[in-house]
Amino acid sequence: MQNTHTDFETQFERKIDAEEKIEPKDWMPEAYRKNLVRQISQHAHSEVIGMQPEGNWLTRAPSLKRKCILLAKIQDEGGHGLYLYSAAETLGVTREELVEALHEGRAKYASIFNYPAVTWADIGAIGWLVDGAAIVNQISLQRTSYGPYARAMVRICKEESFHQRQGYEIMVKLAEGNAAQKAMAQDAMERWWWPSLMMFGPHDAESAHSAQSMLWKIKRQSNDNLRQKFVDQTVPQAEAIGLTIPDKDLKWNEARGHYDFGDIDWDEFNRVVSGNGPCNRQRLQHHVKAHEDGAWVRDAMSAYAARQQPNA
Amino acid sequence: MSEQIDTNNADTLARFAIRLGDDALILGQRLCEWSSNAPTLEEDLALSNVALDFLGRARMLYGYATQIRGGSEDELAFTRDERQYENLLLVELPRGDFAYTMLRQYLLDAFEDLYFAALTQSTDPTLAAVAAKTVKEVDYHLRRSTDWIRRLGLGTEESHQRLQNATDELWGYVDELFETDTLEQGLIKQNIAVDRADLQTAWCKRVTELLSASNISVPETPWQVSGGRRGLHTEHLGHLLSEMQYMQRAHPGQQW
Repeated sequence: MQNTHTDFETQFERKIDAEEKIEPKDWMPEAYRKNLVRQISQHAHSEVIGMQPEGNWLTRAPSLKRKCILLAKIQDEGGHGLYLYSAAETLGVTREELVEALHEGRAKYASIFNYPAVTWADIGAIGWLVDGAAIVNQISLQRTSYGPYARAMVRICKEESFHQRQGYEIMVKLAEGNAAQKAMAQDAMERWWWPSLMMFGPHDAESAHSAQSMLWKIKRQSNDNLRQKFVDQTVPQAEAIGLTIPDKDLKWNEARGHYDFGDIDWDEFNRVVSGNGPCNRQRLQHHVKAHEDGAWVRDAMSAYAARQQPNA
Repeated sequence: MSEQIDTNNADTLARFAIRLGDDALILGQRLCEWSSNAPTLEEDLALSNVALDFLGRARMLYGYATQIRGGSEDELAFTRDERQYENLLLVELPRGDFAYTMLRQYLLDAFEDLYFAALTQSTDPTLAAVAAKTVKEVDYHLRRSTDWIRRLGLGTEESHQRLQNATDELWGYVDELFETDTLEQGLIKQNIAVDRADLQTAWCKRVTELLSASNISVPETPWQVSGGRRGLHTEHLGHLLSEMQYMQRAHPGQQW
């Protein structure tokens, strides 16, 4: 028995080393499985909770075209949530259990959604900066070692790049607009820039799950590397439309070939992650309420389905 | 003289396209309210799909109206007041609970299935083309809402009661589906529009059959209200418009 177990472990490590994907029926260490459930479900919850700040502008979008694009985008996010819940379910948990963990505060979602979308420009900033940051992370996750997660990421990345473009396009239009529109864009830039950098998580040295996740190739690049990549790609986009990034330390470093940038306010990061951001309570309450309000509909679905199969 | 008639006809045609667009936009806006509020994630996505179809239809119809008489789709959507909207009252009612939303959807889908099938025969080629696209969408909407009526009617005691309540509430708005005013009468004579009254028997048969099969009793209420086509709306429309039109009203004439 002991030998068989070791064989499984050797086989698992060989696959990881050879860049082969781990599939649902393959043996995997329990900690690997747990780590994946944590990460994939957190990712799924983020997609679903992220529908709320954008949904806040759905009924007020400033043109019919923008309304349709925003609705299609929010629908995509829900769809991403579905694929990710399905990917997590291949690891032996149910969506109900994952949602329960979210409602009980045992599972997290991206902390960025604990900031409010107060103006239309925030919809631009969320698409451009928040989805932009998410893509940088997700592109690297297309090579993650767990097969269903990697495949979900490939699909998600295709749609996310469209989301980022629509967000940037909103900002471009505002930047080309009148003084009020320009001010709206700059204000959103100032409120969303730092939280977007925080999306990559703590510095590598302080990241709780990073080291083991890198060894297992769940995570393929470090938080700080990904953050740098995002800054490098975003600064020229901001400059192109005349928006000022709220960081006095931001400057091009010729020697490094990267932008240097100021340090994140880690107190704020910790405050929001630990539940004290402006919308933490609202986001969770909204999700719980929709779930509870829909309970009678789900009950009716099950009762009807049971009635259709009287012999089952 | 003939030019005068053509101009009048063009304006009538534009108004007809706009009112069909209004039906689609206002229901699309109501369906948007379900985003992140639906009973399951799958249903959230499905309601968004339906909303996108309605919003897309509104854009096609407004687009046609602006081809005829100028202006833009956004002017039509965001700068007209309550009295200028000519949508059916049924579509502007608040979304209510899920049973109310699905029953409203079913009543309308069952109507639109007949209506747009007939409109594909319109002598106006643009309206016939819009109808041909719409028929395919309505086919999906109707299959979905029909399934929901069965599930809710035959599901649990609570879902049955909620669906019955929705039926009792909404039944007073169905006669308006079949009303034809002078504007549409003129277009019917030219085989451009569809005579709504012709559809009523088939609609009633279909709807009452499904409701009965779902254990829902059809109310025998004499109470019927209409007025949408004359711009006489419920008090709900103004609130819907003030939310929907906020940005264009606050920043008139800007591009987004």
